[in-house]
Amino acid sequence: MAESGGFTRRHFLTVATVVTGGAGAIAAAVPFVASFKPSARAQALGAPVTVDISKLELGALLRVEWRGRVVYVLHRTPAMLATLGKDAALLRDPTSKEDQQPGYAQNEHRSIRPEVLVVEGVCTHFGCAPAPRFEVAPADLGPEWPGGFFCPCHGSKFDLAGRVFTGVPAPLNLPVPAHRYINDNTILIGSDTGNS
Amino acid sequence: MASTEADVFDRLGRGLSALGAWIDARFPMTKLIKEHATEYYASKNFNVWYGFGVIATFVLVLQLVTGIFLTMNYKPSAAEAFGSVEYIMRDVDWGWLIRYLHSTGASAFFIVVYLHMFRGLLYGSYKKPRELVWIIGMFIYLALMAEAFFGYLLPWGNMSYWGAQVIVTLFGSVPWVGDELAEWIRGDFYISDITLNRFFAFHVIAVPLMLLLLVVVHIMALHEVGSNNPDGIEIKEHKGPNGKPIDGVAFHPYHTSKDLVIVIVFMIVFAAVVFFAPDMGGYFLEHANFEPADPLRTPEHIAPVWYFTPFYAILRAVPNERIGVALMGLAVLLPFFLPWLDRCRVKSIRYRSGFYKITLMTFAVTFVALGYLGLQPPTTLVARLSLTFTILYFAFFVVMPFYTVREKTKPVPTRVTW
Repeated sequence: MAESGGFTRRHFLTVATVVTGGAGAIAAAVPFVASFKPSARAQALGAPVTVDISKLELGALLRVEWRGRVVYVLHRTPAMLATLGKDAALLRDPTSKEDQQPGYAQNEHRSIRPEVLVVEGVCTHFGCAPAPRFEVAPADLGPEWPGGFFCPCHGSKFDLAGRVFTGVPAPLNLPVPAHRYINDNTILIGSDTGNS
Repeated sequence: MASTEADVFDRLGRGLSALGAWIDARFPMTKLIKEHATEYYASKNFNVWYGFGVIATFVLVLQLVTGIFLTMNYKPSAAEAFGSVEYIMRDVDWGWLIRYLHSTGASAFFIVVYLHMFRGLLYGSYKKPRELVWIIGMFIYLALMAEAFFGYLLPWGNMSYWGAQVIVTLFGSVPWVGDELAEWIRGDFYISDITLNRFFAFHVIAVPLMLLLLVVVHIMALHEVGSNNPDGIEIKEHKGPNGKPIDGVAFHPYHTSKDLVIVIVFMIVFAAVVFFAPDMGGYFLEHANFEPADPLRTPEHIAPVWYFTPFYAILRAVPNERIGVALMGLAVLLPFFLPWLDRCRVKSIRYRSGFYKITLMTFAVTFVALGYLGLQPPTTLVARLSLTFTILYFAFFVVMPFYTVREKTKPVPTRVTW
């Protein structure tokens, strides 16, 4: 075939071959990329868990494992609840505007029942577990400390409703997982729909 | 009479050269040996800084060999990993030695590579025509970081676990797709057996293959342009009547025999660490890693292994997660652009301005200081110092194009000095 300056038959065949081969390569990559997603078994193991809170004393913290992370269930005393109204000046998002909780926990106490707090013990900075520090104004946390959670990794601070302080690395309040009360003493963590 | 001794050697010699010729007709054996060893000319004024490349190669081989032997007893599952490492340490004959060689080798690799890179900064080895040598080297450094990160999860100690947790969560701060991306990397909703299993695959197959390939490409690119030297001049510009650089000597036997001494000295130091301080007071093997992974309990103080701490300090320096992650990524990427950020024509620090000498030393101090700060618990003072040194770190790169273009340099010799 004579050489011509424009788009020749050979050009066309080259482009067609590359495009077809490229599409094939991308299609072939799909199973490999998808195999990295959580498997059916991993998803089944990530199913909701039930928690019995009948024996949870006032002021006590229960650690529950759900999807490999800690969920804190804290039975707050009236004194603890009283701090929630007073520490707004220290907090980045005191009214829980950011989407870190289901609608039913978007209130001052960030819970369904005021006295029972359910939050993930996963720092919103890099996922460490913030440690419970319920004593008021200890030496290392300063006189303004109302009691709450302190992350040992990078020093992020959260109050007794899991609300983040200003001036710490964590940007958001501790997440409240989807949960609901199956009966007075049993919480289902991981799902908030279905029959009770 | 039967053949004498001389006859035997004569026939053996002829047989060997016939075999060589047979191979050379089918594979460029002699050609490769000449190009990369016996007729590869490197400057005769190399100083001790030029020993870290060969040490790095030695450590790579050490890691590959010890790694292969560790996989023979290690079990990559959450239930068995920690126990299998203890098993290697206690029950496998010499298992403790193989594991300590591997764990100390990881830290040694980074020490050697950091010094190797600093040599490049001292003598301008990243400059034209060696830009690609430098960039490929930076890719090796990235692969090495990935290799170290994946490997660190394998003992399934509590620091392994939480270190991986922190790093994988970094990907969660990518806009829009962050959470899905982190889930995709873990293969689960948290760091689990599944994550351990795939990190094992990365650590023993995918990344080592890439590392080996990159090292071959690094050396091929180097041998194409020729090695730099402490004077930062091109020895190829002065060739003798035989067409060989006058200031160069053949890599083999001259540099190889010198390198043998360097490797032996390294092995003495390395062995001292392996036998007397394999955990290096908690810096090479962190104390929190001597207890099994516990997803429900964070160690008191999480710090990555020392070789990541300069970047970790940058991550923590700003109280905003996204900016912190972006700065850390930028800090790792900036050195890639050194060949173009540094606009001074003179390569070696020997002939560069006093200002550049001070700048480079400040940068070295900054890097070490960030490394130290990254190991410390997050107090206000540490945060403030980290921010200061983070600014200094970036200033080194950002200011560089402006002063290097009109830098006052000393006259550069035409032939190497020593």
